[in-house]
Amino acid sequence: MTIWSIVTKSLRQHALSTCVTALCVALAGGLLMSIWSVEDQAQAAFTGVNAGFDAVLGARGSQLQLVLNAIFHLESSPGNLAWSDYLDIQKNPNVELAIPMGVGDNYHGYRLVGTTLDFFHRSQYAPGKRFKVAPGGRLFDATLREAVPGSFAARKLGLKPGDKFHPFHGLIFNERNQHSETYLVVGVLEPSNTPADRVIWIPLEGVQKMSGHDPKAADQISAVLVKLKGGSTLAGFQMDLLYNKQGNRLTFAWPIGRVMADLFDKIGWFDRVLTLVCYLVAIVAAASILAAIYNSMNERRREIAILRALGARRITVVVAILLEAASISALGAAAGFAIYGAIVMVVAEVMRAQTGIVLDPLKFDLVLLWAPAVLILLGALAGTVPALKAYRTEVAEHLAPIS
Amino acid sequence: MPLLEISQLKKSFTGPDGFAQKAVDVKYFSLAAKTQVALQGESGCGKTTLLHLIAGILKPDSGSILVAGQEMSKLREPHRDRLRAGTIGYIFQSFNLLQGYTCLDNVLVAMSFGHGANRGFAEALLKRVGLGERLHHYPRQLSTGQQQRAAVARALANRPKLVLADEPTGNLDQRNGQASLALIRQTCHENNAALLLVSHDREALSQFDNVQQFNQISHSSQMEMSA
Repeated sequence: MTIWSIVTKSLRQHALSTCVTALCVALAGGLLMSIWSVEDQAQAAFTGVNAGFDAVLGARGSQLQLVLNAIFHLESSPGNLAWSDYLDIQKNPNVELAIPMGVGDNYHGYRLVGTTLDFFHRSQYAPGKRFKVAPGGRLFDATLREAVPGSFAARKLGLKPGDKFHPFHGLIFNERNQHSETYLVVGVLEPSNTPADRVIWIPLEGVQKMSGHDPKAADQISAVLVKLKGGSTLAGFQMDLLYNKQGNRLTFAWPIGRVMADLFDKIGWFDRVLTLVCYLVAIVAAASILAAIYNSMNERRREIAILRALGARRITVVVAILLEAASISALGAAAGFAIYGAIVMVVAEVMRAQTGIVLDPLKFDLVLLWAPAVLILLGALAGTVPALKAYRTEVAEHLAPIS
Repeated sequence: MPLLEISQLKKSFTGPDGFAQKAVDVKYFSLAAKTQVALQGESGCGKTTLLHLIAGILKPDSGSILVAGQEMSKLREPHRDRLRAGTIGYIFQSFNLLQGYTCLDNVLVAMSFGHGANRGFAEALLKRVGLGERLHHYPRQLSTGQQQRAAVARALANRPKLVLADEPTGNLDQRNGQASLALIRQTCHENNAALLLVSHDREALSQFDNVQQFNQISHSSQMEMSA
């Protein structure tokens, strides 16, 4: 029989408090790991997603709003720009590719984005990856009222090739704002795990000339997605100078990753508060281990005295208590992975629905290593107080017959 | 050389009034190997304290306790623990079985602090005391008499040279007490262990050929007892 046997027997003997305390640790571990991992993945995804473009050109306003609107299909457009602005930037020698986009309508909350076929034929949302239509469908004809929903939007809306629908005006669904035009679904995009999955793509002209839209908007667009030649930094600076410093009518959001990183910097305090809460939860969990073991010390001291009377050394009972505390933490940390998985899966689903960003619940993050290790260490640390009490247990005093 | 030799042993505790109260004051006592002696004394006379001192659970204020040739009172605590685990078996009045451990585990855990766990010997001991069918029962699932027998088996777990028994019949009725005492004496004899029993129970003491009065060894000028 080893110290480990003594520990397991004690854990079994105090099964209820072991389970409750381990659950506290599991919640702390699950929260810590999921918040850390989601934050890491979300930041990487939001700063990494650029749909294959370097910049966005739009109306004068917030660069962040422009990027959120044109790349992530969130937020409203800061305003429109003229078709001639698109033609100008398209001719700029620094520009490799410029794709116009128009927004302003939705179908049951999923926004319709008008663009040209170049978006599908010439852009790559990731190196070597182009948007593709799933078998059985095709891309829309730019001159017809045809639509190609992204995979997520199609699944949620139950749209398939051959279906028809009436768009609704605005980016927020209001059943009273239905347009009279009928769009035919001619294909569904294959999943790209990008925000493009959760919008419905239609010809640019469709958005520009939708009934009820301001006729002046017929030659306007919401934004231009821009790919610079060779992703050149110099070209980016030149364009930045041209539109943002010298001009005062348009905004050139570049580089897209930096714009999103600024957002995370701005909300960094929230992230730090969340992390602090996690640390506090971990400390509370460790304190619960201390309380659980300490509160049972009166009952335990008789057992400790018996073990000591049988020949156990003081250090043996101290190690047993520390191991027990660490074991409760380890059990909790192990269960914490289940809680982590559950939280991350729910968050991933919500995030995908809301932003189109896809998180991978199985993706490795260093927090999955250090968080359980820290929890086990904290647990062992919490065990030092009862262990000290065990160390000081007077054997003779606690061997007296129980009346 | 006696297995146990005590001389000029003193132990006091601080009382509620703040003054030292003498608990043990033994001039001389010795016990030869493989012998059985009973010490008779009234409740509160210091019998249990004496056994704790012999076992090294308490440290004396002064005096000498030689156990198997080793001066218990001079040893550092880890060595006292080791000497106790390997040389002394202890049967407590209230048995002091570990409640979260089965009968077998109670014996095995005692072995682990001594010469190492020996499952075969542990099972043999429990069979010997009539608990062969109760190896995996927890103390709460045993009768008082069965708990006493489990405590006897545990005391013999490390093949001790000396078994200390503190009022072993105190929690048993007369019939069970007599049977239990007979078992303790018999198993100590079979395992070549000396037995020092302290009790105030005259029925229990009547089984011993050698019964000494606690107050005699405490106050007489010198009294050697060797059975």
